[in-house]
Amino acid sequence: MGFLKKKRWQRRHLVETFMKFIMRFSLVIVAGSLGLILWIVVVRGTPALSLDMVTKIPEGGYYMGKGGGILNAILGSLYLASGGTLLAMIFSVPIAMYLKTYLGDSKWGYYVRLSLDVLWGIPSIVYGAFGFTLMIALGLRASLLAGIIILALIELPIMTRAMDEVIRRMPIDLEHAALALGSTKFEVALRVVTRQMLPGITTAILLGFGRGIGDAASVLFTAGYTDRIPTSLMRPTASLPLAVFFQLGSPYPEVQQRGYAAALILTIIVLAVSLGSRWLSARLNKYTIK
Amino acid sequence: MDAHIQVKNLNVYYSKQQALKNINIEIPKNQITVIMGPSGCGKTTLLKTFNRFLELTGGTQLTGEVLVDGQNIYDRDVDVTEVRKVVGLLAQRPSPLPMSIYDNVVYGMNIHRMKKDRKEYKAAVRHYLEIAGLWDEVHKRLHDPATSLSIGQQQRLCLARGLAVEPEIILGDEPTSALDPISSQNIESRLIELKKQYTTVIVTHTLRQAKRLADYVIYMYLGEVIEAGSAREVFNDPQHERTRAYLEGQI
Repeated sequence: MGFLKKKRWQRRHLVETFMKFIMRFSLVIVAGSLGLILWIVVVRGTPALSLDMVTKIPEGGYYMGKGGGILNAILGSLYLASGGTLLAMIFSVPIAMYLKTYLGDSKWGYYVRLSLDVLWGIPSIVYGAFGFTLMIALGLRASLLAGIIILALIELPIMTRAMDEVIRRMPIDLEHAALALGSTKFEVALRVVTRQMLPGITTAILLGFGRGIGDAASVLFTAGYTDRIPTSLMRPTASLPLAVFFQLGSPYPEVQQRGYAAALILTIIVLAVSLGSRWLSARLNKYTIK
Repeated sequence: MDAHIQVKNLNVYYSKQQALKNINIEIPKNQITVIMGPSGCGKTTLLKTFNRFLELTGGTQLTGEVLVDGQNIYDRDVDVTEVRKVVGLLAQRPSPLPMSIYDNVVYGMNIHRMKKDRKEYKAAVRHYLEIAGLWDEVHKRLHDPATSLSIGQQQRLCLARGLAVEPEIILGDEPTSALDPISSQNIESRLIELKKQYTTVIVTHTLRQAKRLADYVIYMYLGEVIEAGSAREVFNDPQHERTRAYLEGQI
């Protein structure tokens, strides 16, 4: 051997091995938990999963194990989450733009971001209680509309902050390049900025949707629960998280199993949405400047 | 001298600091003018006044006139997008737009509605990519993202994109400083080829590049133009002490 020393088990090597072990251990814990959740939902839910589950609404005696399905909850959840996401989008896009264009890193920008981060951290049951209080004050009953509004409030800070982070990463050179060719500012915004930002904005929107569709506590107070498919914004509506909650609480084993099936359906929807968003943003990402 | 750009009594201030002091120069048509000088002397600031890019930086103030073909580009009724169409810019680092190679070249022509149909656009894309010396390398992958190109290729793409809006003047802000030697040489040869049709103004901090490219030289120091003249005169027989010191490598 020349100048290269043989590797010895010095302290620094031990530290590295130990740290690597900790990192791998954390990974195993997280991946393992996800695997277990999926496994339990699949194993317990699959036997109760049938065409009836996804095409029918509860029939008489459904909650004691008789026929029917949870189409009411599936559609209800889709309506609630889509409506909430759409409503949140209408407000979060302009707020994110305003943050970037006018507030920037100013004092007010800091306060707005801080409030959004605080709102992000508030538990959804608090949103539910807030919505409930508001509804009583206004004399409203639990309805699809109230559910949509409260979900929009929950999704708003998530979407706005996610978009904000994306927009803040917009390279200034890109704007200049487009301006140097004689673009107007609007052309820069429409043809260049949106192209660059679209993948990030899509991700932000789907992040909000994911949070909205999985939330049980807020819709419990505001949207109520019903065995019917909602036909109007003013009627109450069922939702998947609550379908899971109510059915798991049942003393009948068949009904409990259906609770797992509902959880499985919810998981599949969320999985489809997040895989779909991955695919979409990879497609949109093809041309973005990193 | 047939002047394409005339600068008259130009002063530029960054908040309170004066960046350019009473500049009076003329830039000859269809030649390469090189602006040189030590860092912070105002070369890039002067260049930015030619396509009104200075106003993108907040807190700048400008007095005086910059005339292109005899017309002051700072006149109130001048459309800034028209100025930038006539005066193209090749930036320090290539910054392709977030789209395909093809769409990058089309972008400028498209916003200015310069072509009628797809066929014309296609022909124009080929034409300008050929001028930029990029066509042979990319004609089989025109719809790949522009970022899939190497940095040197990206800069030639930016050149093609800039030429596609049919400017009369090309500004280059140290256009080869981010490139490897071979790519730099490639860009330099393009600029020399193009000088018969375009008035070119290059800012550079490398003296050797200045000597390779320049027909006309402007030497700046601390926001002032110290000396301006044909390359032969300035390089062989500088009239000013400061220019001589710079050329001899003392600054």
